[in-house]
Amino acid sequence: MQLTVSQHASATIVAPVGRIDHASADAFLAQVQTLLATHGPDSPPLLLDFSAVDYIASVGLRALMVSSRQAKSSGGKIAIVALQPLVQEVFNIARFNLVIACFDTLESATKELSACE
Amino acid sequence: MRVKFWGTRGSLPVAATAGEVKKKIIAALEAANGRQFTSNSEIATFADSLPFAVVGSFGGNSSCVELIGASEEHVICDIGSGARPLGHAKLAAYGPGKPQTYHFFVSHLHWDHLMGLPFFVPIYIPGNRIVMHGCHPDLEAAVRLQMSAPCFPVDFSQIGATVEFDILEPGRDYEIAGFKVRAKLQLHSGDSYGYRFEQAEKSVVYSTDSEHKLENRAEQHTFIDFFRKADLVIFDTMYSLADAITVKADWGHSSNIIAVELCQDAEVVRLAMFHHEPIHDDAKLCSLLDETRRFEEITRDGRAPLEILSAYDGLTVEL
Repeated sequence: MQLTVSQHASATIVAPVGRIDHASADAFLAQVQTLLATHGPDSPPLLLDFSAVDYIASVGLRALMVSSRQAKSSGGKIAIVALQPLVQEVFNIARFNLVIACFDTLESATKELSACE
Repeated sequence: MRVKFWGTRGSLPVAATAGEVKKKIIAALEAANGRQFTSNSEIATFADSLPFAVVGSFGGNSSCVELIGASEEHVICDIGSGARPLGHAKLAAYGPGKPQTYHFFVSHLHWDHLMGLPFFVPIYIPGNRIVMHGCHPDLEAAVRLQMSAPCFPVDFSQIGATVEFDILEPGRDYEIAGFKVRAKLQLHSGDSYGYRFEQAEKSVVYSTDSEHKLENRAEQHTFIDFFRKADLVIFDTMYSLADAITVKADWGHSSNIIAVELCQDAEVVRLAMFHHEPIHDDAKLCSLLDETRRFEEITRDGRAPLEILSAYDGLTVEL
């Protein structure tokens, strides 16, 4: 799994590519946690751009749950954007839309999360 | 080998409410859409064509599963409230004049897995032999406790059958009633144990009240080995994954997602969703089955399909 990070005025965008499974979930979580370590109430939202994620296993979902908890504990905001249809189905079946906010686009996420400030 | 489910509900027995029955009647009448029936058999045929959530029910008895193999001795996993109809069926089949041997494999000592014993009528009939197998050293004390005042009016000492307690060692193979049996420690309050049964090149794993921690991959591998190529895995799918790892973490149960992933990795033939959440009605349980089958389909990734069913009281699975 590859992962790129880009800083924007309105959000920090983390874009993993490929599968988040047993082989990659720990590394994915570690990278997100490193970013969240400096994330606080005044930070722009951390948006996980899932447009290039084509598979997520339960360990990947757990990584998202842990990341969400870390963000909340520091007062920061985290969300997922642009789920592919099959990954969206996994989210729905696992009820993970109740664990972490999901948005269709980066624009809708930044607009919604900015409105919450 | 056959597997018959007598109780499939988790935590406590439930019954359909009047509201749920009314919903089924309305759905059946809507499906009939004014159609006229000329005979009872025509009505029965129509009823058989209705979806399971309308014409059937998962039932509400707590855990009790019978394994029917080559031996004349009876093999049963857990003694939940499903043991009551099981006992009645055995009496109807054998009567009081033909003493029988019943082997119960107890997953753990929580009430919903023991509560059927005082209502399992064969224990009151002299000549019957009951063997309770389990891995908890205090199995006998727990059984005696629930059949003593003030919990129950009939004391354990008054039952007519002979009762033996057989404490098993996890990880060791035993030959019992024609089955090769092995127990495995599971994560649950007070510990629980799963059982793998093998006979005539068929295998069944009974694994309920078992929580799986996603961060513990080593432990997951031990379950993959325990489930390996089983013809049927009976698995605790009580919660959604989200609930199981957040608000209901450490409650000792698992999810349909974990069930499918472990069974896929273990190359299991068939998965039975089990230990159903008591608040779920038949429609909800059917919808969860559909979702679980869909999850298996979209995560199959070139593997052989995993057949998935949702166990209900009265279901028999032929292996």
